Amino acid sequence: MVTELEWLRWIPLLPGAVAATHGVLLGLLRRPLSRGATIFLSCGAVLGSFLLSLAALWQLISLPEGKRFLGDTVAPWIGAGRFSADIAFSLDPISAVMILLVSGVGLLIHVYSIGYMDHDLRDDKGFPRFFCYLNLFTFSMLVLVLADNLPLMFLGWEGVGLCSYLLIGFWYSDRWNAYCGAKAFVVNRIGDFGFLVGIFLLFTAIAGVLPPERANEAVVFRQIEAVFPLIAEKTIQLPHWLGWLPGAPEWKLATLIGLCFFVGAAGKSAQIPLYVWLPDAMAGPTPVSALIHAATMVTAGVYMVCRMSFLFAEAPGASSVIAWTGGATALFAATLALVQTDIKKVLAYSTVSQLGYMFLAAGCGGYSAAMFHLLTHGFFKALLFLGAGAVILALHHEQDIEKMGGLNRFIPWWRPTHLCFLVGVLAIAGAPGLSGFFSKDEVLLAAYTAEHVPGHRWLWGMGLATAGLTAFYMFRLHFRVFFGAPRMKDAAKHAIHEAPSTVTTPLVILAVLSALAGLAGLPQLYGDWLQIANSNSLANFQAQALASAHVHEVPHVVEIQLALAAVSVATLGGLTAWLLYLRRPELPEKLAAALAVPYRLLRDNYRVDEFYDRVLVSPLVWISERVLWKGVDDRLIDGVAVLGTARSVQRLASHGLKYAQSGLTQSYLVLMLLGATAVVAYLLG
Amino acid sequence: MVVPLTHVIGLSAILFAIGTIGALTRRNLVVILMSIELMLNAVNLSFVAFARAWGGVEGHVFVLMVITVAAAEVAVGLGIVISLFRNRDSVDVEDVSLLRW
Repeated sequence: MVTELEWLRWIPLLPGAVAATHGVLLGLLRRPLSRGATIFLSCGAVLGSFLLSLAALWQLISLPEGKRFLGDTVAPWIGAGRFSADIAFSLDPISAVMILLVSGVGLLIHVYSIGYMDHDLRDDKGFPRFFCYLNLFTFSMLVLVLADNLPLMFLGWEGVGLCSYLLIGFWYSDRWNAYCGAKAFVVNRIGDFGFLVGIFLLFTAIAGVLPPERANEAVVFRQIEAVFPLIAEKTIQLPHWLGWLPGAPEWKLATLIGLCFFVGAAGKSAQIPLYVWLPDAMAGPTPVSALIHAATMVTAGVYMVCRMSFLFAEAPGASSVIAWTGGATALFAATLALVQTDIKKVLAYSTVSQLGYMFLAAGCGGYSAAMFHLLTHGFFKALLFLGAGAVILALHHEQDIEKMGGLNRFIPWWRPTHLCFLVGVLAIAGAPGLSGFFSKDEVLLAAYTAEHVPGHRWLWGMGLATAGLTAFYMFRLHFRVFFGAPRMKDAAKHAIHEAPSTVTTPLVILAVLSALAGLAGLPQLYGDWLQIANSNSLANFQAQALASAHVHEVPHVVEIQLALAAVSVATLGGLTAWLLYLRRPELPEKLAAALAVPYRLLRDNYRVDEFYDRVLVSPLVWISERVLWKGVDDRLIDGVAVLGTARSVQRLASHGLKYAQSGLTQSYLVLMLLGATAVVAYLLG
Repeated sequence: MVVPLTHVIGLSAILFAIGTIGALTRRNLVVILMSIELMLNAVNLSFVAFARAWGGVEGHVFVLMVITVAAAEVAVGLGIVISLFRNRDSVDVEDVSLLRW
């Protein structure tokens, strides 16, 4: 069943080794590599990973369908009682898609970073340090994706969180960046807690049904999947005070485990209520936003849900929660993206919204739609971020779209920066034929047909509305940046220049991928037109690894109607943007004035940060400071325990014991004698 | 004539008591040292007596040790007393109670 592939380990280990080399040279020896050596090693390692990934995919495809599974056990790792986990990697269809995305987009972004960081360095040591973190991230992400068991996946999960923290706060001398990094880390910890609890629950349940001699396999994905049917129907009793929950007092264990896993996924993939860190994560350098906070790391949650799809398919309650959270996040974040003025913030909220789409699909049982959208989003969102980075470079670190405009005059539409950005905008808006169109349709179709999810038509409606909003805010962004009158200062106008070729080349490649990636998952509907059998090669390829429950076939007529609805809503959004920002540029201000209250609410991001601050952070800080620090630590531990002991000894000695020290030799002698007598008396009984 | 063990132990106890009382009550440092010497020898006596009664040699060995240590102690003790007398013109213990609260 498992085919050994002993070089699988080198896919993550190549970048890992380079990151370690950088770490030793930078951290221990304080001798950073030169620019050339950094580029050679770092980009070379990711290139190596990418080539190995391609070779591994080739190996995988050459296996017969249904048995596509490659494994590589490196070393035993943890062993404690019945629990054990190995350092082992495994490749199956969904991880194969992921490693290609991670190493492929990762490679492009490494190359892009060469040109970008040259223009954006704030201290001389930054260059190797940046690439060290990028390599470490690539390593962690590949470990996460390729992990054969849950603990190893968790290791990669934590690793990408750490790299996210390090890279958001890359320019740590600016306090705000350091704060944003810490915020991302702390919010992610909340999710990680849920993930860990889920792992523990699942381990106890699985280890309970496995024979003792095989209990050590209880964390291996393949094994969990094989024995999961044994615990699928297991239920647990909820405590009385949770009696108000739907389905109480008896829950399926799978539902509880699934919810715990989803808490982890919501943290990593920035879903309500844990999405607040992602917009602030834009404090990091733009290539980081593209790689970590758009294309790869934030999709880890979706990947995890798909990896555990056999569990979620048995947990309808958890799936409904996922679908509704995803749908709500998609719509919610899309409304926020409408009014952002920072070019990266628009894209950040857009990322949150698109991640919501993926969860919407996964929650509705459309795991392959979720993976498809993950892939296409990885391409077009990386493209948009890199394009935004090129714009930011062209304008010398201006991120405010209110100070852009009219860039078309300096960078006409046929220049790579402009053209690629346009392709990205069209792809995410769902222009027919481009990748976003196909994947978004799959997501909406999954929501439309998910009859087991309560209110699935509402979810579909939310998804459709989001599609319209997405088209609107993306075209707004494009028009505000490239069209209209230039709003930058005159001095800045003359300095506008296009980015170097290391920046534009990845853009072009990503643009091609964004345009064409949809063909990998071409729905059968279009396949029939073009007379291609099994046109949805991505879904067919991944079918082995994903649960296929709850996929309802719908007539092609319905599918066409749905696609038409999505396209018309998107066109409506785009036309509105055109009307507001090109045709009647004075309208947006009037509109904002007329709708002052909702506009203020959106500009303040629904005051969610303030709400969290008031309800969660402030009380926590107050308790930490007043109770734990000033109370427990200062008063109790320091005051009573440490100083109290010292003070009472001092008081006892200075008021009583000191009189024993009389200075008279003979009084000491008396005491000695009494003591000796006492000892002898005791010994004699 | 064999002296019974109890007699020797009794003598040892009397000597020890005399030494103790002397050490505790006299003010003259030289006399205190002599009293301590008396206590040591009382103990030596009981060691020898027991060794003889039970036919071991450990008692004898201990006595030799005690004599050696006592000799050293007297040398140091008398040295301190002489030095004290040179500095303070007194060998009274009550005059040297400086190390006190």
